[in-house]
Amino acid sequence: MTNTSATDSPKAGLEPPALVQGDHDFASVTESVCRVVEEKRPPTIWFAIFGVALAALLMLFGLIGYLIWTGVGVWGNQIPVAWGWPIVNFVFWVGIGHAGTLISAILFLFRQKWRTGINRFAEAMTIFAVMCAGLFPGIHIGRVWVAYWLFPIPNQMDLWPQFRSPLLWDVFAVSTYFTVSLLFWYLGLVPDIATIRDRATTKVRQVIYGVLALGWRGSARQWHRYERGYLLLAALSTPLVLSVHSVVSFDFAVSQLPGWHTTIFPPYFVAGAIFSGFAMVLTLAVPARAIYGIKHLITINHLEAMNKVILATGMMVGYAYSVEFFIAWYGGNPYEKFAFINRALGPYAWGYWTMALCNVVSPQIFWWRKARRSIPIMMVVAVLVNIGMWFERFVIVITSLSRDFLPSSWGYFKPTSIDVLMLVGSFGLFFTLFLLFLKFLPMVAIAEVKNVMPQAHLKKHHH
Amino acid sequence: MSNENDQTTETPEELKFHGIVAEFDNVDDVVDACENVRDAGYTKWDAHTPFPVHGIDEAMGIKSTLLPWLVLCGGLTGLGIAVLMQWWMNAVDYPYIISGKPLFSLPACVPIMFELTVLLAALTTFIGVLALNMLPQWSHPLFRNERFKRATDDRFFIAIDAADPLFSADKTKALLAGTSSLGVEDVMTEANPAPFPKGLIYGGIGAVFLTFVPLAIIAKARFSTSDKPPLHVVWDMDWQKKYKAQKVSPFFADGRTSRPQVAGTLARGDYIAEEDMAFHTGVNLDGSEVTEFPIPVSAAMMERGRERLGIYCAPCHGIDGVGNGMVALRAERLKANPTTPDSSTWTAPLSFVDPAGAVMTQTIGKLFKTITNGERTMPAYGSQIPPEDRWAIILYVRALQKSKNANFAELTPEDQAALRGK
Repeated sequence: MTNTSATDSPKAGLEPPALVQGDHDFASVTESVCRVVEEKRPPTIWFAIFGVALAALLMLFGLIGYLIWTGVGVWGNQIPVAWGWPIVNFVFWVGIGHAGTLISAILFLFRQKWRTGINRFAEAMTIFAVMCAGLFPGIHIGRVWVAYWLFPIPNQMDLWPQFRSPLLWDVFAVSTYFTVSLLFWYLGLVPDIATIRDRATTKVRQVIYGVLALGWRGSARQWHRYERGYLLLAALSTPLVLSVHSVVSFDFAVSQLPGWHTTIFPPYFVAGAIFSGFAMVLTLAVPARAIYGIKHLITINHLEAMNKVILATGMMVGYAYSVEFFIAWYGGNPYEKFAFINRALGPYAWGYWTMALCNVVSPQIFWWRKARRSIPIMMVVAVLVNIGMWFERFVIVITSLSRDFLPSSWGYFKPTSIDVLMLVGSFGLFFTLFLLFLKFLPMVAIAEVKNVMPQAHLKKHHH
Repeated sequence: MSNENDQTTETPEELKFHGIVAEFDNVDDVVDACENVRDAGYTKWDAHTPFPVHGIDEAMGIKSTLLPWLVLCGGLTGLGIAVLMQWWMNAVDYPYIISGKPLFSLPACVPIMFELTVLLAALTTFIGVLALNMLPQWSHPLFRNERFKRATDDRFFIAIDAADPLFSADKTKALLAGTSSLGVEDVMTEANPAPFPKGLIYGGIGAVFLTFVPLAIIAKARFSTSDKPPLHVVWDMDWQKKYKAQKVSPFFADGRTSRPQVAGTLARGDYIAEEDMAFHTGVNLDGSEVTEFPIPVSAAMMERGRERLGIYCAPCHGIDGVGNGMVALRAERLKANPTTPDSSTWTAPLSFVDPAGAVMTQTIGKLFKTITNGERTMPAYGSQIPPEDRWAIILYVRALQKSKNANFAELTPEDQAALRGK
């Protein structure tokens, strides 16, 4: 078959860069992805990060127990800022959870083949981010033990939820998004789990991966329905991924609070979500490809494409920030005008300018190709964007609530140590799940990568 | 390659022939071979590839799946459920008005209509892919073949089932051997497949039954009565550490939970300046009752008093103050009726104008206190009638008393003349 000399030099010339770099065949692609799952002992750095993440996760569980036992007073939430950090964290995490399905679904529909290197990775990230997101409103309701009241479940009180409230729309949007993302992810995983099953050397692995692979045999008739199903899920997920953050933005936009009551919120939130999601994918993918030696599958070309998306969505977000100011002036509503002057110059100006610098200014460096292909620069920008997008939600939630129509009811929000530690703990949850995923499941979609390799295409003319 | 039957010697189990499988190492060869098998007219056969090979559907003659139609049905079901659910729950079964919005309006339903459409369509897609592919199917004869394990790695296979009507061991093998395959092998399957483990079946049934136990306990509690207090898992605010007004407090020496006003303090709005004391209380600073009106006495003020008396006092005392208001008249009638259950608490209102009555001799300060604080069964009117109106009423009461008990000699000469003339 093909010559397997492992040179990692990118192909020069006019042809588009190869999606799998170096001379690889199907077997070596399988080998490089499965090796990570099959190696006896993960890299030392894996244990180091996992230990920290697990400690943070255990702290989160402890804090949730403390919160439930004591009450939401352990947070800094206080009138007028009754939403506080838990909702900031919720919007932050659910935003991050957008990149996965965007890469899987929208780029799939647009036939962007470069997605195959990163889609599995990004989908896993989506699911874990949505889990972190779902946690916060769940514990924010105060009486956690009646959280099931959020759903229309028949009950002895003969009550039903109020369907004209955006908060209920949110319950449906986030839970639908989680379910569909999980199905999409698992459906994509089935053929790759079957690969691991067939390579299994121990009985335990054979049984566990065998059960998870559902008996997949890669039959052409199965592939036919599978591909159609995958396309349908992509088509369903595309409007879904755009709708989820739109519905999250309704939580704000449908209220009458200055700074929230604005029609730009749905597109602005969606652009911000994609922006933050891609930044998080980069933050995770850059170390992972180095540690696990899969630079030929997640290539510098993949990273550059993601940096372009970050530049584009960062400019959309910057445009939304400026349009908000324009409308505050042009709309002639004095409360709206005040809300925005207060954001930029009021007591939370530090938060506003942190957001603007991280989200609007820092990605501008990606206008230069050198920067787009530089690992240190893209890591710095990705982390800055993650920080900036957290501050964006902080600015939206906190500044608007803290100063509304009535100056006598203004306040200044101060987080407690529990607020801060719970945010840290949510990162623990996220990284614990993500590291387990890296250890036990194929982090690159093996079958999809093979599909975009030149060997996968018919050379002869068939009829 | 077909001498694999000696595998049977390794295992004691009895095997039977299932079909044959051919191996290929690139997409072009397997697609060519597929075209051959398709043209030969086989129906029970399949190709196995590590990834979806584009062009193989035509080469095999695979018809398009009906999955999209199932998904459409799933999506429409979700849409219908969303509309009916929101309408029935918020407009029929539990209607309540929120922010003046209509009980049911389509725009407010759109987000959940969309979400449930997508949710049910996605679930249908997932379940549809598995069901149409007959998955999960954890056991299959092909899994017995060691070489077939590369079907998920880098090799391509064509498997033809012996159950195919055209199948013949020699011809079919020759057909596959005629392609550029790396080799053709027999696929064997267990003649007497082991039954599904009984332990798992009974364990599963037992687990299902166990899940009914908590439900049964809850159902029993719902439909039976008990003299024990309900089990409160979460107390919410049902029992709070607080004292109610009439409860004994062990904390205070006097045992009163409801605390009296602290000496030397006043509630907001209760402060009265010394010079206003007579006007507001009817009592002078030295404690004596007021005898001089603290308001300007005028015909207009007296008229005001007549009007206010008609509103507040006349229902019992009557418009001329003799004590024959409608309430009093009705009470007397009820009292006269022996069937009235209990009328013994009724106290007749006093007449303002009876020359022998108490009211005639009372000071205006005393009258003001009576209106303000009530007397016997008469309630306090201080909260309903402003002080100035109370004084106006007293002014009019004084006029009534004068007019009902006037001496002829006290009249002006003009009035005496007018009476004589008549």
